[in-house]
Amino acid sequence: MAKVLVVTSGKGGVGKTTSTAALGAALATAGKNVVLIDFDVGLRNLDLVMGAERRVVYDLINVVQGDAKLAQALIRDKRVPALHLLPASQTRDKDALSEEGVARVIAELREKFDWVICDSPAGIERGATLAMRHADVAIVVTNPEVSSVRDSDRMIGLLDSKTEKAEKGERVEKHLLITRFDAARAGRGEMLNVEDVLEILSIPLLGIIPESFEVLRASNLGSPVTLNNPMSAPARAYFDAAKRLNGEALDMTIPSDRKGLFGKLFGRRAA
Amino acid sequence: MKLVDFFKRTRTAPHTAPVARERLQILLAHERAVSGKSDLIAILQEEIMAVIAKHFPVEQEGIKVKMERGEVVSTLEVEVEIPTPMCPSFPLPAKPAPAEPACAAEAAEAAEAEMS
Repeated sequence: MAKVLVVTSGKGGVGKTTSTAALGAALATAGKNVVLIDFDVGLRNLDLVMGAERRVVYDLINVVQGDAKLAQALIRDKRVPALHLLPASQTRDKDALSEEGVARVIAELREKFDWVICDSPAGIERGATLAMRHADVAIVVTNPEVSSVRDSDRMIGLLDSKTEKAEKGERVEKHLLITRFDAARAGRGEMLNVEDVLEILSIPLLGIIPESFEVLRASNLGSPVTLNNPMSAPARAYFDAAKRLNGEALDMTIPSDRKGLFGKLFGRRAA
Repeated sequence: MKLVDFFKRTRTAPHTAPVARERLQILLAHERAVSGKSDLIAILQEEIMAVIAKHFPVEQEGIKVKMERGEVVSTLEVEVEIPTPMCPSFPLPAKPAPAEPACAAEAAEAAEAEMS
């Protein structure tokens, strides 16, 4: 049974696209058939983070408007064959997305894939509401920082009122993904800790992704962090989160890249 | 910076995270209440509009719904503007005044709603 997952946050720059790519790749390497849809029409970036920017021919708008077949627009990942991308249009704007067209495309993708992952644009406008419209599951990406937490609270409200499930009186299954977490700073009382964020937003925790230079390194290379360096701390955190999405019960840990004294002295330059 | 200052600073570094948490808790408690209420007002406005529109041609802007929250009792105020020619034929005051008929152009209702 296919699941439609929306990755959303309200605030921009918190890690929606990074998380979409990393979780999609993690689910696909675990044997699931996955498609990632970029809903950020006009400002697409998932193609770039996935390293597929030169392979885009048709996009979501072409398919929604019936100018291209779904099979023509889907880009199959060269590293993980079970991973697919449906890119956004870079030249059109979000008004070109019709509600019926999106519903039709999502329904068609449900037939072919185990996971349909919608990468939401920032904000609460049309692109974001269409991305969450058909979701069964939602991941709210939050940084441990006041403006991100406030925006996440707003998105949780929208997930409970503006989605198809909510309108039918059902619930979208919501998960919190805390990204760019710095355990040392939280420990010193300089950053909201995990318990604070959980208490304020009160939705279940899917994972804690530590702040790491590995994320930037992976996006520089156009590879999800879970493929680029699967043993790195953020990748391990994403793999755990993906397992939890598949229903596995794992202990919540915050993976760390922290090295010993030797590593601290020599590791960074060699890395 | 003197060495003494460095130690003083690290020792007295203010813990800002608890402040962030408290500010968020207060803000979100307020925002959740407000957004819930304004949604209710919007729904009320739409539904009242639908009922009135069955009988009079009214404009969207012709209906105003306001809720005021009091200590013990809160009031819900509904104001509906109906174009005068559409106004039902209430008997006009028997005055020979040829000027503008004093038909109630506005039908204002006020309902009291107790908030739980």
